[in-house]
Amino acid sequence: MTEKFDESRIVYREVVEAGKPWMHEVKAGQFFRIVDLEGNEAVDTLFYNATDHDERYSATDTIREQGNIYLTTGSVLRSNLGNPMLTIVDDTCGRHDTIGGACSAESNTVRYAIEKRHMHSCRDSFLMALGSCSCNHDKKMSKDDLSSNINFFMNVPVTPDGHLDFDDGISAPGRYVEMQAHMDTLILVSNCPQLNNPCNGYNPTPVEMVIWE
Amino acid sequence: MAEVSEYNGLIWKESFPGGAHWSGVIRRGTVLRLTDIEGGANIAMLMNNIEVKNERFNMPDTLKAQKTAFLTTPNMCFSDMGRVMCSVIADSCGWHDTIGGISNAAMVERKYGVKTYQQAHNDYYKNAYDGLINELSKWGLNSSDIVPNINWFSKVRVEDDGAMTFIENNSKAGDYVDLRFEMDCIVSLSSVQHAMDPNAEYKPKPIELSVFKALPVAQDDPCRIHRGENERAYYNTKVFYGENPND
Repeated sequence: MTEKFDESRIVYREVVEAGKPWMHEVKAGQFFRIVDLEGNEAVDTLFYNATDHDERYSATDTIREQGNIYLTTGSVLRSNLGNPMLTIVDDTCGRHDTIGGACSAESNTVRYAIEKRHMHSCRDSFLMALGSCSCNHDKKMSKDDLSSNINFFMNVPVTPDGHLDFDDGISAPGRYVEMQAHMDTLILVSNCPQLNNPCNGYNPTPVEMVIWE
Repeated sequence: MAEVSEYNGLIWKESFPGGAHWSGVIRRGTVLRLTDIEGGANIAMLMNNIEVKNERFNMPDTLKAQKTAFLTTPNMCFSDMGRVMCSVIADSCGWHDTIGGISNAAMVERKYGVKTYQQAHNDYYKNAYDGLINELSKWGLNSSDIVPNINWFSKVRVEDDGAMTFIENNSKAGDYVDLRFEMDCIVSLSSVQHAMDPNAEYKPKPIELSVFKALPVAQDDPCRIHRGENERAYYNTKVFYGENPND
């Protein structure tokens, strides 16, 4: 699980601009690295069993089974059936959010102002990928399939008295998180377009996706 | 305990044992009271809009909008469509968990062992996942609707380093929480023990449901005015029902 990153074994590499959806499959045993190219980005991510989409990442199963709400090296990302989907094997950021979710047109009206409905949002990006991206081989996926996601590189602290807040990111240019897949896994990403909160410093930036084996 | 309100009158009341599952429609304009009869109960709840079934309780939107990691009065429970499903208008308990999730069959077997229906009839060991699937399926819903839920009466504290701890004895006998529904919802419940409850004995607790006719929602209703976010979500809900959103 601690194999050193080897450029010669890269099978896929792509830069994803801020505000763009991205969907791709990573095979069991392969490694998936997200690089925060310019720092302070939030990468909203969902995972599905590639052969049975009804099995998908579960925020509550993941945090409860590890007894901690934050993700970092050693965290096992679990499905709604309790199965390990991926394990984080390397992390130069140190903390990733599990309960902040993804912005949507509708939640933007609630959080900011009714007029913010028309700003770009993560759940619009998710739906774009599910509804029209050639990477979605199963067109039956829809909003039904959106559950609570991971926000890689994002910092959403909870205090012992139950207060929740959005803090400045703790990421920086070039920091990355890397995980190894336990099953063939479909990855759905919205590279955060959020312009209303500090999760990405009000400045959405590109990230790089790397798959290697 | 504070005086218990009857609002505009009791409509119906039912109780059920620990380890059970239940679902039904709770209408807009009514108050669902959940009562922990013996103390130490846990009630896992999911909500879906009965008209637009894939509109459902959204844990992140609820927490983010109100900057809280748990529920109590005057919080509102938000859907994934920027609307209010219900408002917590009274609460004698003070903390209800939103992040601990639900138990499943493997977890219950690891913790308590095996007791089948063949062995124990209705005292067999149940889990929240199976119970909720059973209820969701009755309404054409399925496993994709098992999203992060609310665990009424349970408390999970998060330390500064992110460590999660289940706090025992959070709820006392007779504790109740009153939910004023702002949307016609399918409500699915499981009264199985919380997945993080350290008690090694399988002993889920009974609960009581009572439904009252709600009082009209005033413009200065404490849930509406709690935060600007709450008022805007309520505005969106009024628009959904074809009502003047500024009333």
